[in-house]
Amino acid sequence: MDMFLVLTTLVLATLRLATPLVFASMGGMMSERSGIVNVALESFMLVGAFVGAVGAYYAGHAWIGWLAALVAGLLIGALYALFVIELKADQIVTGMAFNLLAMGVIPFITKILFNSTGSTPPIAVETRFYFEPLVMAGLLVAGLTWWLRQTRSGLWLLFAGEHPEALQASGVSVRKVRWTAVTLSGAFAAWGGASLSLFLASSYSPMMTGGRGFMALAALIFGKWKPLPAFAACLFFAFVDALQIRLQGMQIAGMEIPVQFVQILPYIVTIIALAGFIGASRPPKALGKEF
Amino acid sequence: MRRLLGFAVGLILALLLTLFAGENPFHVFMILVRSAFGSMYDLGLTLSYTTPLIFCGLSVAIGFHAGLFNIGAEGQLTMATVTAAAVGVLFPQVPFPIAPLFAFICALFVGGLWGFIPGWLRAVRGSHEVIITIMMNFIAAGLASWFALKVIPNPNSQNPETAVVSANYLFKDYDLIARWFPDTPANASLGVAIVLAVLVWIFLWKTTWGYQLRAVGSNPEAAHRGGISEKKTLMIAMTLAGAFAGCVALSEVMGSSGQYRVGFSPDYGFIGIAVALLANNNPLGIIAAAFLMGALHKGASDLDLETTTITRDFSRIIQALIILGVAAQAYWEHLRARKGKK
Repeated sequence: MDMFLVLTTLVLATLRLATPLVFASMGGMMSERSGIVNVALESFMLVGAFVGAVGAYYAGHAWIGWLAALVAGLLIGALYALFVIELKADQIVTGMAFNLLAMGVIPFITKILFNSTGSTPPIAVETRFYFEPLVMAGLLVAGLTWWLRQTRSGLWLLFAGEHPEALQASGVSVRKVRWTAVTLSGAFAAWGGASLSLFLASSYSPMMTGGRGFMALAALIFGKWKPLPAFAACLFFAFVDALQIRLQGMQIAGMEIPVQFVQILPYIVTIIALAGFIGASRPPKALGKEF
Repeated sequence: MRRLLGFAVGLILALLLTLFAGENPFHVFMILVRSAFGSMYDLGLTLSYTTPLIFCGLSVAIGFHAGLFNIGAEGQLTMATVTAAAVGVLFPQVPFPIAPLFAFICALFVGGLWGFIPGWLRAVRGSHEVIITIMMNFIAAGLASWFALKVIPNPNSQNPETAVVSANYLFKDYDLIARWFPDTPANASLGVAIVLAVLVWIFLWKTTWGYQLRAVGSNPEAAHRGGISEKKTLMIAMTLAGAFAGCVALSEVMGSSGQYRVGFSPDYGFIGIAVALLANNNPLGIIAAAFLMGALHKGASDLDLETTTITRDFSRIIQALIILGVAAQAYWEHLRARKGKK
């Protein structure tokens, strides 16, 4: 294959694989910028991927699946907000419990709906997305960048995570800002999940997120909690993932690299990225502190 | 006590969920109880889940005490178990009393290393230990399956598992617990787990090191002023966490199966989080909490057979709801604190 074709397919694969990460990372940004740690992104993505696939399967249309994922994302985001904001539950503990819950509830529902062990039936090819989520992910990043810099409510979000006392003193309810941010965080991450099952694949399969929720979080940290740098970090992780898929079964110097070694590449790169480069990255001051 | 209430709330919520699947919650509860304690065989299996859960609960708890969240117990126990299996397969000549000890020390070393790396990254580079340990779980799973499929595969089986270690590595013949529960994987490492829990309790509350560890966890700034090195403490805590999780190799390889099987762990590392939480990170409470969670896990295993719609995945729902139930208890403490202020 000539070099140009290889590069083109690699770039296209990178963009496709970046899409779920970008959505989840933007979701993570909403939550963490408002001061709420969010390791539940993985569960939000799982729910979005699952509900998206179920919606598209029953309605025969990807957009309906997308809409269903939005609703499910808002609901689970609100549920997370209820626990960490109202009930003051530990944010990391709650996040991990949500991940466990999604891993248990989804097979429970597939068994009832489809009598299957955790996956949904495939949706028809013509009901799949071709490129739409990719465009929407780009628009989301652009929109959030503008919103954070130019609007009053964007400023509220930043203050909720940096100086909640100051925000409260100026007459804005920190609780309301955080509720809104965490709920939207659920919606964005669920869209990320839905782009997995409706765009990269055409059904839900168990654990299809494969740690992407945590990679999105890593991309957010790597990108210093800012939309554009986080977007760039997502592209970088997606590139490694695309490379990993290309490298599988490839011969290097007459030897095939074991597939398991290739598969763990994105995880190793994530660790190196977090360990090596960010150094002075500073999280929002009030991140993880209850208010 | 309040934690037990959280446990009960979580369990009841989960049982009510079964209504959606058209099952009778009470019936499901009875299946859970009977399947966990119904016979010596069932109890043996429950205990065989309890042992690794004590190790993992201790692993998560020691992290918590130092203010760290160790999500990495799963990867740590995976690496340690593979190591023990590899040692047993690659050095078949080592004589009996030394062999299991040798494999155990190697497993502790590798488990400890798998904990040290995120501990070091957190202490020196400020990396987020939750994300790092999760990434290391994925890496461990990849490396372990490569070992089981390519390096020392079991020649007598199509399953993804390593070859069985040489018999010198097993302590079955001297195992009293295994004798009480024939045909189950329950083994003497349960005793080791209980002793370890007591030792960790002594370490945390009766030694200077343990005090320093807790000081860093509860107030890093004050600990720093008191002359305690936070970096050193974080690294020690995570290394210990990795070694505790690594003890699972003892119950799995030397105690029962003699090999590493891909998927042998039903996410012990994650259930360990629930165990630590339920026990409020008290090492002695962890013994009881691990028994409770082990019973739940064993209980759920019969749901596949005895109900039409509920599978063993249901144990995850129960565990998650229990964690949430216990985590939400903070609300009552919060309310009480506020009342106290007024």
